[in-house]
Amino acid sequence: MASVASTETAGPLQGARRRLSGFRERETWTAYLFILPWVIGFLALTAGPMVASLYFSFTDYGVQQIAGFEETSRVGLENYRTLLEDPKIATSLKNTFVYTLMTVPAKMMVALGLAMILARIAFAAGFFRTVFYLPDITPPVAIGIMILVLFNGSFGVVNRALELVGIPGPYWTTDPSWIKPSLAIMSVWTVGGTMVIYLAALKAVPQHLYEAASMDGAGPWRRFFNVTLPMISPALFFTFIVLTIAGLQTFTEVYTAYFGQGSTGAESPDAALMNVVYLFRQAFEFFNMGFASAMAWLLFAIIMAITAIQFVVSRRFVFYQGGDKR
Amino acid sequence: MSAGAQENFPTGGAGVASPRVAHGPLGRILGGGGDDGGRRRPFGGIKNVFFLLLLTGISILALYPFVWLISASLKPQGDVFDNRLIPQEWQWNYTGDPTPVPGDEKLFALPDTPVLSWMFNSVWIGLLAALLVAMSSAVVAFAFAYFRFPGRNALFALILATMMLPGAVTMIPVYLIWNEISLLTGETGRLAFLPDIGVNTQYPLWVPNLFGSAFYIFLMRQFFLGIPRDLFEAARIDGDGYFSMFRRIALPLAKPALIVVFIFELQAKWFDLMTPLIYLRDSALYTLPLGLKTILDAQGAGGGGEGRWEIIMAGTVVTVLPMVILFAIFQRYFIEGIATQGRKG
Repeated sequence: MASVASTETAGPLQGARRRLSGFRERETWTAYLFILPWVIGFLALTAGPMVASLYFSFTDYGVQQIAGFEETSRVGLENYRTLLEDPKIATSLKNTFVYTLMTVPAKMMVALGLAMILARIAFAAGFFRTVFYLPDITPPVAIGIMILVLFNGSFGVVNRALELVGIPGPYWTTDPSWIKPSLAIMSVWTVGGTMVIYLAALKAVPQHLYEAASMDGAGPWRRFFNVTLPMISPALFFTFIVLTIAGLQTFTEVYTAYFGQGSTGAESPDAALMNVVYLFRQAFEFFNMGFASAMAWLLFAIIMAITAIQFVVSRRFVFYQGGDKR
Repeated sequence: MSAGAQENFPTGGAGVASPRVAHGPLGRILGGGGDDGGRRRPFGGIKNVFFLLLLTGISILALYPFVWLISASLKPQGDVFDNRLIPQEWQWNYTGDPTPVPGDEKLFALPDTPVLSWMFNSVWIGLLAALLVAMSSAVVAFAFAYFRFPGRNALFALILATMMLPGAVTMIPVYLIWNEISLLTGETGRLAFLPDIGVNTQYPLWVPNLFGSAFYIFLMRQFFLGIPRDLFEAARIDGDGYFSMFRRIALPLAKPALIVVFIFELQAKWFDLMTPLIYLRDSALYTLPLGLKTILDAQGAGGGGEGRWEIIMAGTVVTVLPMVILFAIFQRYFIEGIATQGRKG
């Protein structure tokens, strides 16, 4: 029996107090001991680094400073000014927004459609659910490679399929205006997780609500908009937030397909330059740590702002069963 | 005495199907979930056929890239992009001669490309990291679920808040910390007697998992809240200390949630490219995603006909397949774990 009681060293003076509140006190100290791993991690890997990151964003911290050749000097708002002036920042933000706007609604709609069919199909629902979930367990590096081969303009199978129906396919991976759509299509391929969340939400909708709506003369569309959507709105809202945050931080697929030190793609296309990709290159390829920190805080601010807007707007649409939880 | 407690509370066999676990949010799903067909009215006759056909069509879209990949990995260089699902000419691109002809190497015999070590690295780092994060998160989560202590709610809110923080914000300072550590433990450092820790070692990939992870703490806490408090109180009366109560009652009951956390983290590590990219320099230390990216960069050759895409495809298959196997074994935990996420909304 591992005794946690030993963590409390009983002094003679504390004896009386301990007899009164000893149980609670011991519980308190044990609890703090239990959460100690998180506290250490929070201080060393989250809170401390946040403060440091904020500090670095006002300095010129870079490769010279890491190596100890130069002192770190404070540059005030210089890095934040560069954020406004560097055209690649604007490009990367635009790319990221466009990509997120393409993927989030598409994924939500496809996932909802599939989930609604699966919820009512008479058999093999489990089989199809498994099949649709499979793409979601594909490592993002592999997805980046799949984009390159499947969407290859000359040989890719996507363009071969388009040829069959008489549409000349674009050069997805090299034409700047088709790079993001191909990334987005591939992202919709990994819709399984979202679908599983919707499926669980749909199954939790009580059948009697549909029966009541039918008796009131509601057709399928009315039932969908007045019963299904409100009842699963918490799940919709959850995925909306999570997919948006994930979309705004897209990295691996894009980096794999279009960036890196190798010979793949003579020049990395600006059309694929996502915010986090650019941040990563600034920090770990050019070692402009100060500037990259400023970029990180910009990203944080953007994510917070968008999430806040989503919360405010959705308050009108999200329905929590059993009263207002928020 | 400990055996007595074991008899009173048959926790040993309490697995997925334990009715007690079924009280928790995760347990409710794990215990009673599965395909009960839903409570919605199923489609009838002709509609059923139509939707079955539709789903079959979409299934083909979902599975096609996998089949394409596997088949391309079994073709000779020139045939990769012929888009046949059954290779016209078969070629094994995975293993081969240890002294290969240049330009005709196989995946596992590529020069300076230790694919087997990468796989091994990915496996042990993933397993260790998943084990550590499951345990540390469970300990922290148990404190938030069971104990009452000053600041509990504020601290828990803080944990939830950290989930919103993009990794990019802490990424750079955390790198600098590891960089500092590697200077200290390096040959000329003050802590040179320690093993090399820091940049260009694999420690940064799993050490952070010792401290729990916000999302997993949240998930485990929800689960622990679902376990009846009487069970713990009874163990206390039997004379268990807090830690042995946690170990002998809470952990065995939380097995389904622990497995979900374990699998999620294993998957996260198997997917991760950015962390290895930041920290690892020697190719012997690489994990599989970084190794695959290296193969792509070295063999892709501008994406044209020059590239040795049959090798790249073999490498991709080797990266994808272990996850598919894991999924095949633990499917219900993947699915129910994901489904649970949606409930916190």
